[in-house]
Order: sequence, then C-alpha cells, then structure tokens
Amino acid sequence: MLKVLFFAALRDQLNTAELNWPASAATVAELLQQLQQQGEPWTSALARPDLLCARNQAFCSPHDAISSGDEIAFFPPVTGG
Amino acid sequence: MHSAADLTRILVQTDDFDLGQEYARLQQQPDCGAIVSFTGSVRELATAPLLSMTLEHYPGMTENALQQIVEQARSRWPLGKVTIIHRVGTLQVSEQIVLVLVSSAHRAAAFSACEFIMDFLKTRAPFWKKETTAQGDHWVDAKASDAEAGQRW
Repeated sequence: MLKVLFFAALRDQLNTAELNWPASAATVAELLQQLQQQGEPWTSALARPDLLCARNQAFCSPHDAISSGDEIAFFPPVTGG
Repeated sequence: MHSAADLTRILVQTDDFDLGQEYARLQQQPDCGAIVSFTGSVRELATAPLLSMTLEHYPGMTENALQQIVEQARSRWPLGKVTIIHRVGTLQVSEQIVLVLVSSAHRAAAFSACEFIMDFLKTRAPFWKKETTAQGDHWVDAKASDAEAGQRW
C-alpha cells in the first residue's frame, strides 16, 4: 500500500487529507493517473500544471519510481515565509 | 569543533519567538564577526481587512526541507550558527511568522546566506498560507516573483 497525502487548497478541493492506495503504480505520474480516474473533483484538481509532489518527505519528479510503503504527497506551490 | 547539527537550529512551532534570545545564541562565537537576521510578519491586505492568517505545513518534510536549505547555504558560504524558526497555526496582523539568523566571519557571507535561505524557504519549504477576511477563507497563491528570486542563485 501507499500512503497518499494532500495539503492546503488541494486537500480542501479533494476533501481528503490522507488515503491508503494499492501500490500498483510504477511511478508518481501513474499514481496521479489512477487517482484522477476516480472522476471529479480528482480529475481536475490533480491536473493543475503547478502541482508539486514529494516521495517520503522529499521533493520528487512525476517520473520517479515508487514502491509499496512509500509516503507520496501532492500539494500546490508553497507560500510560507 | 562543533558539528553541523550543533550549529543549525530549526524550529517549526505555534509559539512566538524572541529575536533577542535567539540572537544571544549566535553571539558567543569568537570566530564570527557578523550576524544577519530576517524576520517576516503578517502584513495587512490591500484589498480587504485581514482578520487572521493561518499557516499549515507538512510535518516531517518541513524540517527536512529547511535542513537541506541550510546545508546548501553552508556549501556556498562559510557559516557559523544558523537558526530558522517558522510559526504555524493562526496569526494576527503584525505577528511574527519567520525568523532567519545567520552568523559568519564576515558580513558578505552572512547577508547572502540569509537572503538565500529566505528565497529557498519561500519556494522549497512546504508551508501554505490561508487568509481569512470578512468574505471568507482564501489560500494564498504562490508569487512568480518568489519563484524568480529562488532561481537567481
């Protein structure tokens, strides 16, 4: 299984902070596709071009490989400071 | 010799911080001749009265991201102690949000590293701001100017 997290505006749009997801995707991009196949609001909320992702609490690229037990997070551009 | 872990202090907290107390931690280093500090605070909005600002973060990743930013700064400049304190939770106008304190032997490195750390924090540390006005809540959009500031280094 994967632990998938969503933050800030994305979490509000999806009304989901965290979910467990079967680890069948080979990459972050494949996981995104699987999540989007759930229909709205997933399809459009996860389509934003500025979406950021992290694997095991470090920034990653959509091309990065994932494996079972990973914590994958999706979030909008950061606005701290 | 101090290890890098002793020299870097990173805190993500709801509580306020005291610049004087934090400054005193950096001051007693005989090999450091310069300390630069930056504090960021909640600013009122141009468009509507700001009732409050709420800061959210990604616990666990935030601390890692800040640690990495400091390590990058240390690889560019010879630094002494570095402190980053970032608040989360709900804050009012004029409350402090963030503190960056950098010490070095000379001022140029301390100025540059402080600015570098803030520019990278703005684009690479997982914090998000939400503004609350009489019209409701609104997530703050990332600024293109912040992304550009992060790219110039």
